[in-house]
Order: sequence, then C-alpha cells, then structure tokens
Amino acid sequence: MTDLPDHTQPQRSLLQQDARTVKRNRAEKRFKMYGIVAIAIGLLMLAILLVTIVGRGTGAFQQTFLTLDVQLLEAKLDKKGDRNIEDIKKVSTFGYAPLMSAALEAKVATLGIQTELKPKAMADILSKDAAAQLRDFVLANPDLIGTSVEFKFLTNSRVDGYMKGRVSRESIANDKNINAAQLDLVDALHAAGALQTQFNLSFITGADASDARPEAAGMGVAMIGSLFMMLVVLILALPIGVAASIYLEEFAPKNLLTDIIEVNIANLAAVPSIVFGILGLAVFINYMHLPNSAPLVGGLVLTLMTLPTIIISTRASLKSVPPSIRDAALGVGASKMQSVFHHVLPLAAPGILTGTIIGLAQALGETAPLLLIGMVGFIASNPPDSIASGLLAPNSAMPAQIYEWAKRADPAFYERAWGGIIILLVFLVTMNAIAVLLRRRFERRW
Amino acid sequence: MRNFLNVAPTTVLVLVLLALTLVAFGMVRSRAMASVGGDSRKLHSLPNYYGYNAALFTAIPSLFVLVAWLLIQPVVIQNAVIEMIPQSAIAEGSSVSLVMSDVTRVANGLDAAVQAGAIDADRARNLSSNDTDVRALLAESGVALGSDVSPEVLAAAQRYRSMQGTGRLLMIAIVSTIALAGLLFAFRVTTEKFRARNMVERFLLSMLIAAASLAILTTVGIVLSMLFETINFFKLHPWQDFFLGTTWAPNFRGDSELSILPLLWGTLYISLIALLVAVPIGLFAAIYLSEYANGKVRAFAKPLLEILAGIPTIVYGLFALLTVGPFLVNLFGRGENGILGVDWMSGATSVLTAGLVMGIMLIPFVSSLSDDIINAVPQSLRDGSFGLGATHSETIRQVVLPAALPGIVGAVLLAASRAIGETMIVVLGAGAIARISANPLEAMTTITTRIVSQLTGDTDFASPETLVAFALGLTLFVLTLGLNVLALYIVRKYREQYE
Repeated sequence: MTDLPDHTQPQRSLLQQDARTVKRNRAEKRFKMYGIVAIAIGLLMLAILLVTIVGRGTGAFQQTFLTLDVQLLEAKLDKKGDRNIEDIKKVSTFGYAPLMSAALEAKVATLGIQTELKPKAMADILSKDAAAQLRDFVLANPDLIGTSVEFKFLTNSRVDGYMKGRVSRESIANDKNINAAQLDLVDALHAAGALQTQFNLSFITGADASDARPEAAGMGVAMIGSLFMMLVVLILALPIGVAASIYLEEFAPKNLLTDIIEVNIANLAAVPSIVFGILGLAVFINYMHLPNSAPLVGGLVLTLMTLPTIIISTRASLKSVPPSIRDAALGVGASKMQSVFHHVLPLAAPGILTGTIIGLAQALGETAPLLLIGMVGFIASNPPDSIASGLLAPNSAMPAQIYEWAKRADPAFYERAWGGIIILLVFLVTMNAIAVLLRRRFERRW
Repeated sequence: MRNFLNVAPTTVLVLVLLALTLVAFGMVRSRAMASVGGDSRKLHSLPNYYGYNAALFTAIPSLFVLVAWLLIQPVVIQNAVIEMIPQSAIAEGSSVSLVMSDVTRVANGLDAAVQAGAIDADRARNLSSNDTDVRALLAESGVALGSDVSPEVLAAAQRYRSMQGTGRLLMIAIVSTIALAGLLFAFRVTTEKFRARNMVERFLLSMLIAAASLAILTTVGIVLSMLFETINFFKLHPWQDFFLGTTWAPNFRGDSELSILPLLWGTLYISLIALLVAVPIGLFAAIYLSEYANGKVRAFAKPLLEILAGIPTIVYGLFALLTVGPFLVNLFGRGENGILGVDWMSGATSVLTAGLVMGIMLIPFVSSLSDDIINAVPQSLRDGSFGLGATHSETIRQVVLPAALPGIVGAVLLAASRAIGETMIVVLGAGAIARISANPLEAMTTITTRIVSQLTGDTDFASPETLVAFALGLTLFVLTLGLNVLALYIVRKYREQYE
C-alpha cells in the first residue's frame, strides 16, 4: 500500500504551467502562426503582382516625342499644286522621310548642337512610324501644304527606352538600332527641350504595329474586338442562361434527364478553357466555315464557356426568392409561367445581373480559346467600320493582344504588354465593382 | 469582306421575319378583340396572348429552319462539289480539303469581283480558264490566290457558286413560306374560345427546355468534335506510339514521333509543384480565416486573397515569363554572378517557374473551397473537443480536419484539374521542350501548350501533326472530367453526412 498523496498542499502554483502545458501552448502558437504566415504569403504575392504590373506597365502610357518644325514643301507633296487629295495620296511615306530629316537637321543647327552624325543617322532616332504619322496628318489637313508646321514625332523605341531608363549606354553595345553618338544627340535635344516624354493617348486608342515599331503599338483596336465579343456573349449567354436556369429551378421534374443536365452543367463549368477553343475551331471554323479570327466566333466560344457560370449564379438567385411570392401569385390566379415571369424573375434580376457581369469579366480575361480560333499572330491595324465588319472582320482581343506582345521578345513590347494588362485590369475592376455595387444596392434579404 | 457578302441576304431575311412577327402580333391581337366585339372579358386569355401566339408561330419555326439551313447547306454543297473533283486534279502532296479550300476561295473571289464591278454576273458564270487568266482577274479585285486556277477547280467553283445561289433563293422562299404559314395558322385558330395563353406557355416551356439542353449539346459537341478528329488521327498514326512512345518530335514533313508521355509528365510535374505551393498555403489560410480570425481580419483578408483568383491567367503568364523566371535564373543560374553562385538554370522558362506561379493562382481556389468545408463542420464537434480540454490547434488537427478531410481532398482534386487544364501560364512560363526529366529547373512542355502550338498558325487538317492536338485535347478532357467527377462525388458524399 502506498500513501495517499497529500492534497492539503498544492504541489505547484496554478499560475505556473507544467512542461507539457507549455509545450502544448507553444504548439498552439506555432499552429496559429502557420496560418498567419500563409495569409501573409498570399497577400504578399498579390502585392508583388500588383506592384510589378503597375511598376512595369505605367511606362507604356508615356512616350518620348521629338518636336520639329517641318516644311511641308509643295514641290514634294503636291507637284500639281491643286490640292487634289488623290494626288497627295500618291506620295508614299518615302516622300515624307526627307522632309523630316531636313527638319531634324535644321533643328540641330538652330539649337547649335555639335554632332558628327550624318542627317540619315540623325533621322534614325525617329520612329519608323513617324513618316506615316506625318503623312496621315497631311492627308487630313491638305491646306497646310506649303507651310511650316510644328509637329511632335514619335521617337525610336530605343530612344524612348533610354529616356525611361530601360535602355542604358552599356546595354546598347551590341544593338544595331542605335549607337552612342545618337544617344549624345538625344541628350542634347532633351537638354534643349525639343525631346520630351509625355502622356501617350495613342497607346489606349491606337492599333497594333509591326515588330519593328513597338513605339507605335496601341490597344484600341483590340479593345474594340473585345467589346464586340462581349456583346455577342451578352446577347446570347444572358437569355439562354436565364431560360435554362428558369427551367431547371422552376419547372424541371426530378427525372433522369434533369439530373443529366445538372451534372453536365457542373462539369462544363470545370472543363479547361482550351477545350472550348478546340470546340470552336472544329465546329465554328472547320464545320460552319465562319471566318477565322472573327470576334463573332470568339464571342460564340466564350458564350459556351460562360453559360455554366451564368446558369449557376442565376439558379442561386432564383432559389433565394421565397416560395411565398410564388404561392401568392398562384393564389390570385396567375399561371405558373406568369408567376415566374411576372414576380420571381424581376425579384431575382439584380442577382442575375451580378452573376452575368462576373461571368462577362471572366470571359473578358480569357485567352486560351482565342489562340485556337486565330485571334493572334496578325496585326489588327484598322478599327472596324461597321457592326458587320466588327463581328466578322479579323480582329484581336485585349488578352490576345497582350499575349502577342509578350511573344515578340522585345523589352519595348514587354512594356506594352504590362501596360495592356493595366488597361485590362481597369476594365475587370470596374466590372466587378459594378457587380458589388449592384449586389449591395439591390440585394434583398427575405 | 467576302463573308459579309454571304451574310447580307440572310440579315435582310431576318429583318423581314422580325417585321412580319410584329405585323402578326398586331393583326391577330386585333382579330381576337374583334371576335368578341372589343369586350376582352369574353376572351379565354388576355388579348396580348393571342398576339404573342401569332408572333411565336411566325418567328420561331421559320428562324429554326433558317438556322438549320445555314448549318446544313455548306456541308451539302461541299459534298456535292467534292464529287466533281477528279482524283487527277489533286496534285501530289495535296489533299481533297486543300483543293476544296481553293474552290471556295475562287468562288468567293468571283463573288467579290462581281460585287466590285470588275466583271458582270453573266461573265462570271460562264468564265472558262482557257480564255481568261482567272488569277489575274481576281487579283484585280483584291483576292490573292496561291496558284493558277486549274479548269477542274474553276468548274467546281462555278458549280459551288450556282449551288450556293440556288440554295440561298430556296432558303429565302422556304423560310418566308413557313413564316407566312405560321401567321396564317395563328390567324385561323384565333377565336374567342381559343386557349391562347396555354398555347403560348407550352411554347415558352419548350424553349426553356431547349435552352437547358444546350448544356448537353455543348458537351456532345465537345466530345464529338474531338472524337472524330482523334479517330482520323489514329488512322494516320499508330496508337501505340501515342500512348506508349517516349518521344515528342513533330515533323511537318511527316514521320513524326508523337507520344503523349513526355507531355503528360511535364503537365503532372508542373501541377505537382503548383499543388505543393497552393495546398499548404491555401489550407493554412483557410484554417486561420475560419477558426482564428475575427470578423475584421476575415472581411479584409478573404476578398483580397480572392482577387488572386479573378486575375486573368495571361497576367500570371507574363508574371512567370518576365518576373519569376528571371528571378529564378538569378537565384539558381548565371554561375558566379548569380545569388547562390551556382549554374543550374539557363533559361527563364522552367517547370519551377510555371509551377510556382500556377501555385499562386491556385491559393484562393484551395482556400475558399476548404474554408466552406471547414465552416460546414458542426460546431458541436469542436465544443466536444474543447470540453475534453484540447487546445484550439489540437481540436483543429484532431477533430475538425479529419471531419473535413474528404471535402478538402475534393478541393485539392478540383485544384489539380485546374492545374492540368491551365494554358496561358505554361504557354509563357514552361518552355517548349518535351522531355522526361526530374530536374525542375529545366524547361518542359505540357499537353495544353502542345495543343496551342499544333493548332495555331497554318494548320492542315489532313496531317497527323495537326490532328494530334485533338487526341491531346480529348485526353485532357477525359483527365479533367475524371478528376472533377471524382471531386464532386467526394464532396457531395461528405456533405450529406452532416446535413
């Protein structure tokens, strides 16, 4: 027999934890810390991502321009002198290059800049697109021929990179597009105030440009392509999605067919987007012979992709309308169809709208299916001139355009890709903000 | 532009149909009102229902026939024209489909030339390649052809044009007849006893059913479109090589080795790394948010994390290619100049690059699914554990997580299916070299990247190098579908347990 333990005296203070409790408490703290670290990593990644996008992309909205006084010589641009627009159009961009080169030479002389460069080499600091810019300006204002105009020319992407700090004197050692003497000229022109970096609207409104002219590339036409695709998605996916949801939620009997449809929709929502691209290529382009690269086809593919999302959210908002509403409508003699269309649907409308906007935002950022139906790999140079050509003429879309720039492996295009992402994200944030506002403003708790 | 010409008469037809529908609505509604002398109480249904009934009968069957016609006509014409092309007209190395695309190009070119006024319609119909250079003629009106037009192709193109013309006329005639018949029918049946509302509602219900069936149609479309081309692929290429070979070396001159194994390896390896990143972070974040965080932290951190899920994948792709890739090269590559002073990595694209970035993308996916599942564990289980003296973390590890495990497994499977089907991140971040290697710093390629590269640019649907993309797509579809079904099954089974 052992003695009973002496309970009159506590063996230790309650305030003092024993070794095991200390260990358990430490494990508790550690575990909690893991959670905090996990969230911190997630938020840190978001922060890095956003900082990278903003940091690398804002440069695309700025562009370096060179201000020159150009003599629009009548002898070169309009030999007959009657300002016939057809005659003026016959002068190609090659006809404008000497004017610009002369203007640059004159500018350098007036400013008293010393340089050993030949006029041709000097003109190389201008963009290859500058002559086309000037030509477009003259075609729009033929009356100015014969006068001297002050004009802001785009500079070469290397000059632009130099002004923004992307290109340094070391990094151009093996660059055929620019040399140190040209950079000296750029520095001098910048010091004299002729060369400036300023906001560049044409990045937002303009069209894509060829590989050699990153400074002239813009998102505008791709934005229009995206707009037309979103129109197609909205016109098709919203009514079809709502109709399907109404049937499944309000009318469908519980039978095998309904079950199959429901499982189908759940699975379609998780099918990889590229598979929808394959479907689009096989059905819309190969079988139905719709034109390649057309926003209509892109819209159709994205419609099929967005439908499950819209159906799922519409069903949720139909479900949230209380049965009492339906019962009341049926009670005063409405048919089932009338109770749904006159009472349930209007009450569910804000939720449906929110779901649709979120589905559209998803479709707007989707790239993979667009690659397969050919919305990359060409230069979408002109904005469409009618609704039909907007739907059927080859165009790009915002994410496809970003991918196209990312593929070109030129830092100047990378900058534009990041800039394009900023524009894309602005659209997505706006759409999601509208969805959140709608939900806050109209959502009813029953 | 040429497509616009094809569509224009159809557009006009659609507009006419819409106008006719409006007319039908007005006419039949007023007929219904007239039949009861303007006293709508005597009608069976509200007067508008008679109008709706007429509008539906006018518009829906005719539009349905129109759409069906537009879908079927190209196939019928194509089959008829293909029969006209003799074997001898198909050049060495060419195929029927290539000749056929020549035929459509010539036919569309002639249409464009007539439209532009370069030749008149009569001459276009009777053109023969003996007396005119068709290629030059078409070039004038802006249609560039790759080669001279052979007499067979020209004849086929003429046939194509004439069939298309007749088809279009026939379509206009039939569709408008159906619309008018529908209108007439609705007009005839409209009497005061006619149950217009029931009719309209039955009509509406069938349209709702049709919309719901579109989901099935899409799935069938996906499966069929890939299945047919996959069968074509296996006719040209041995299936043993596709499933069991070890080399991926497409060669557009033929004699390619097209095996899925290296691609599957790349896909699974990248997905594994992505899950290794996303699952611990996502799971711990979900545990903290649902078990520890107070309302404020939750309201702040949860939406922020979910932003990661809303960012388009192209953004992640660019992030992988231009930020994470170069960072990893600085870390593991560049020898003496690198941070670690080792030279293990040469290019920015690698399995690790794509895997890490994909992992970031999947964090919110894992965390919000697991969050829901952890929240669904009944509070009584936790209370019981606390009552026995367990600490919070012990409760989570020994009670909550085991109870939530099936759901979490489901969430991880869904995330895995996402990772396997992800395209843009791997297209930009993983590289293009197909190999089976265990080194995560090497570039590898995935199923999705190969689908993109085999199907972009000029594709010839008669070569195994293009068709293999469909076999890859079908494999991908089956793989992700399997994972999804499994995940949904597990999640659903688990949910029933506690409800």
